[in-house]
Amino acid sequence: MSAERAAPVDRARRAGPRPPVKATLTPRERYLPASISIVSTVVVFGVLWRVVTSAENWPLIERQFFNVEAMRASFPEVLRGFALNMRIWVVALVLIAIFGVIIAIFRSLTGPWAAPLRVFAIVYIDLLRGMPSILLVLLFGLGIPALNLPGVTSSNTFWGSVALVLGYSAYTSEVYRSGIEAVPDGQRAAAKALGLTQWQTLRYSILPQAVRNVIPALLNLAVALQKDVALLSVIGVREAVRNAQIFTARTFNFSSYMVATVLFLLATIPMARFTDWVTKRDQERRLQRTL
Amino acid sequence: MSAPETPPPPAPRVSIEDLTKYYGQTLVLDEVYLDVHEHEVVCLIGASGSGKSTLLRCINQLVPYDYGTIRLDGVPVDDPSFGKTGLRKRIGIVFQAYNLFPHMNVLQNVTLAPRKVHGVGRAEAEDNARRLLGLLEMANFADKYPEQLSGGQQQRVAIVRALATDPDVLLLDEVTAALDPELIGGVLDVIRDLKDQGMTMAIVTHEMGFAKDVADRVCFLEDGRIIEEGLPEQLLVDPQEPQTRRFLQRIIDAGRL
Ligand SMILES: Nc1ncnc2c1ncn2[C@@H]1O[C@H](COP(=O)(O)OP(=O)(O)O)[C@@H](O)[C@H]1O
Ligand SMILES: [Mg+2]
Repeated sequence: MSAERAAPVDRARRAGPRPPVKATLTPRERYLPASISIVSTVVVFGVLWRVVTSAENWPLIERQFFNVEAMRASFPEVLRGFALNMRIWVVALVLIAIFGVIIAIFRSLTGPWAAPLRVFAIVYIDLLRGMPSILLVLLFGLGIPALNLPGVTSSNTFWGSVALVLGYSAYTSEVYRSGIEAVPDGQRAAAKALGLTQWQTLRYSILPQAVRNVIPALLNLAVALQKDVALLSVIGVREAVRNAQIFTARTFNFSSYMVATVLFLLATIPMARFTDWVTKRDQERRLQRTL
Repeated sequence: MSAPETPPPPAPRVSIEDLTKYYGQTLVLDEVYLDVHEHEVVCLIGASGSGKSTLLRCINQLVPYDYGTIRLDGVPVDDPSFGKTGLRKRIGIVFQAYNLFPHMNVLQNVTLAPRKVHGVGRAEAEDNARRLLGLLEMANFADKYPEQLSGGQQQRVAIVRALATDPDVLLLDEVTAALDPELIGGVLDVIRDLKDQGMTMAIVTHEMGFAKDVADRVCFLEDGRIIEEGLPEQLLVDPQEPQTRRFLQRIIDAGRL
């Protein structure tokens, strides 16, 4: 075969097909579609709003759910509860990210000596993924404090959070595992061939690629967890939903729930948009690589 | 099937005896005998599926085998003295598909094994990597990521990565097979240079002209057996075995010799 080196060719300077001429839009062509979108949206939602608020029962609904007085009164307590939600969420995220990786590594280890770890991971994932989160929260958050074990905290906030961490770690480890399995075999062979140990192969070659593969899926789990922290309300943890509930029980007015709703949406909607953005960027990157 | 006819220097670096391997029920390597001596270049040729890749992968224990013995400098490669990875510290391999780590830049790809496996300091590993990259005309690409490089450039990086640990033996598995024709020559030149520097190599290739040029010895494999082995000018020009003749005729018909 030819052994001569290919001379670099400056293809950019070659005459190619001419770029398409950029069409000049008239102001009408440029602004009309946007204007139609805005006007039609405003009209549709305006009509809907009129229909709903002119309903016979609307004043009752407004009083029960959108009572400004009640909202203002409940806001400090609900907000304080929400701060606890956020704290639990952040700490749990960190623990889940770590614990999930550990379970995923156990699950993907090969070799007979790793069998106990592998079995542990499989049983763990099956059990915790198969149980409703609320059941876990009840079992840990009420069950363990009820044992009054010496030297063990009986804080139901602590044990409820542990339940969330354990449950979400099972999901997360499965996400990691799918990412690990998506790494091509050649990557493992290359790392092994360089003399890396099984652990080093995971650490330097497989895991970084695996995590990159599953970042969108992990972000989705993070959003779901943010909402699931509210499950701790059933064991009496004074987080946002619980505090809203207390206010409702006292005043028979549901506006405090609306306050909690708005707080949750303020946190989750930006996260969801961010996840969409990362997912899209990730897809574009993959597409580029295959071209 | 026997020891090489060429007058052998002292002891072979790699010696393979009676190597036999199955994938499930399929016999993939069938009583293979092969020696590779210091500074020697052995080319393995044969049709796709004849077991060439498997043979290379057995040598550095990337895949297990069923019977036979492989020795490196007289020591069986499964000897406990090599430990889990000791053997692979001394044998480098380059794959057809490059298999660079996509999340690391060129410099990180090349310095990973020296630093993490051989305990070389970062500065020293990077100096050595840049020197090797320079030799292969890749010095300007140290900070690039694999996806920013052409196939030929990636394959050079893969070769540098294998060389960075200063292996005793280098295994090359169809390293030009995935390359565009105009990029093949440059990579083959790199391998010729390695031969001139005395690197001991076992090379699987479909480039017969290159094999004739660079090999001290050529082995023809079919169905997991070494059917014929000899000097390149003899085996590639006047093969003795009918299977070898058939294979080379197909290559000639395809216009590749
Ligand atoms: N991982 C594998 N599992 C099962 N069979 C395999 C595997 N790898 C290779 N083989 C089989 O082993 C034989 C030899 O393959 P290989 O060594 O890749 O041949 P070559 O490199 O000469 O093309 C082929 O029949 C192939 O199908
Ligand atoms: Mg092959």
